[in-house]
Amino acid sequence: MEVELLYWDGCPSYPAALADLRAALGEHVPVTVREVASEEQAVAEGFPGSPTIRVDGEDLFPIDDPPGLSCRVYRLADGRYSPTPDPGELRERLRNAEV
Amino acid sequence: MALAFTLPDTDGTPTPLHVDGAPAAVVVFTCNHCPYALAWHERIQDVARDYADRGVRVLQINSNNAAKHPRDSLEAMKARVDAGEFASPYLHDETQEVARAWGAKTTPDVFVTDASGVVYRGAPDADHGDPSLNAQWLRAALDDVLAGRPVANAETKPVGCSIKWK
Repeated sequence: MEVELLYWDGCPSYPAALADLRAALGEHVPVTVREVASEEQAVAEGFPGSPTIRVDGEDLFPIDDPPGLSCRVYRLADGRYSPTPDPGELRERLRNAEV
Repeated sequence: MALAFTLPDTDGTPTPLHVDGAPAAVVVFTCNHCPYALAWHERIQDVARDYADRGVRVLQINSNNAAKHPRDSLEAMKARVDAGEFASPYLHDETQEVARAWGAKTTPDVFVTDASGVVYRGAPDADHGDPSLNAQWLRAALDDVLAGRPVANAETKPVGCSIKWK
């Protein structure tokens, strides 16, 4: 099972997202971190924004947004907007994906 | 004197930076699609409401290239204004000339101006994720201006999505 975090350097949220992801996974599950650096690469990857977390190629938070270099909008459990996923929901989705 | 501009709001009404008698103006470069701008949005609206009776103008500007980011289109701006999401004018910088002239980099990027020019530039407060901070850096700058004091904390690092240039 492969866990990936895809990011675009123009959005400052990926270090926090990576920290949350590593905290949720624990030490023994590796995370592949990949940069998406161009619009062409974003289209080729189906990258809807930064950060995007995938498990075996499936977006853990699927959205319909078109691919492109931008920051993704997430919602926290209390409804607030956030540049990173809600940590509790992230853990739950990872559990559901049997990571 | 801060760089003057006049931009249309979402109804096309020309809206100038400077109006006679206003002791200060806040210029916020923002947009519809950025999670940082959205996270800080309500705090900016609270500032607009809280300082309106002291003559402070708050102008919120979307300079993003809507061709690349359709959520930042004029129609999307209008929809948010019509939904009551803005407590002050939401202006469209379609040519991006104002953003370039002001050196705006992110959404949000906050500037406070008085008669002398820009007296604060940066983020609304230290953490987009903590609403209790209540845009305290922005409020402190406004309080200094309104009290006739030099702004104690004149610059912080703007944090957010990069402005989407054409």
